[in-house]
Amino acid sequence: MAEVHVYVTPKAGVLDPQGAVVQKALADLGYSGVDEVRIGKFITLEVADGPDLAARVDEMCKRLLANTVIEDYRFEVIE
Amino acid sequence: MRFGIVVFPGSNCEQDCLYSTRFLGEEAEYVWHGDTELGHFDCVILPGGFSYGDYLRTGAVARFSPVMGAVGRFAEAGGLVIGICNGFQILCEAGLLPGALMRNTSLKFICREVPLRVERTGTPFTRLCAEGDILRIPINHNEGNYSAPPDVLERMRANGQVVLRYSDEDGVVRPGSAPNGAMDNIAGIVNEAGNVFGLMPHPERVVDPLLGGTDGALIFRSIVESVTAGVGVRS
Repeated sequence: MAEVHVYVTPKAGVLDPQGAVVQKALADLGYSGVDEVRIGKFITLEVADGPDLAARVDEMCKRLLANTVIEDYRFEVIE
Repeated sequence: MRFGIVVFPGSNCEQDCLYSTRFLGEEAEYVWHGDTELGHFDCVILPGGFSYGDYLRTGAVARFSPVMGAVGRFAEAGGLVIGICNGFQILCEAGLLPGALMRNTSLKFICREVPLRVERTGTPFTRLCAEGDILRIPINHNEGNYSAPPDVLERMRANGQVVLRYSDEDGVVRPGSAPNGAMDNIAGIVNEAGNVFGLMPHPERVVDPLLGGTDGALIFRSIVESVTAGVGVRS
């Protein structure tokens, strides 16, 4: 079994109102100098290992884990 | 004619769809999401609700329900499909409609009646409307912010795929008319072929005049008239 970490983030240019609210909240808390906040998802998978692991995870991301119209994804296999 | 209303785990507007279509004198039945085949229907409705709890993304899991294969084939063959609210989200996730529905820009769940401008009447869903008609239909959602890449939006506009837009109370569409921040104030669209319709507002809630409006009936009666005139196919 391999541990895979998947990061799903809003595409650049896509409006992220949640991120904007968090940025403002940080400013209200006194943390100046935070220019932009974008909020995404972190997904961990325990996947059967194999030579096609990366290809399989890539498919999972394209088909389900990310909506590629509005989201980007990347993943890493944790040793 | 017969309406088939798909019920996913977490759908909650199927009863209103059943009530309203039968109120208009048509036949309607539920279709369980786990069925791999559709029964015989002239129009398939994907109703509103919170299928699969909106887990991961709204409609992300429901689009893989067994019945969606049959719905896709029905749509491919020219069958009439209408996705309402969560149903619209499911159609976008399934790729049967372009674009995606994102979180409302206000980050607030919006539940109220809104004015919608009919932008295109030459569809089976707006056949009985006149261009510029204002329909008053309630919205009820947290993720109704329609979004699509600029080139897709351009193509949709050129193809006449934008069917309904949010307008101001005076019926004029202005930047910011959409209460949810939807791009180009888009409230409802069709696919290129014009047989698949997705809209965030709930027409099934304004059919019986007892509920304070009947503008939703225009959409359902348009479907009925279209089917009677031979538009679409039976599944």
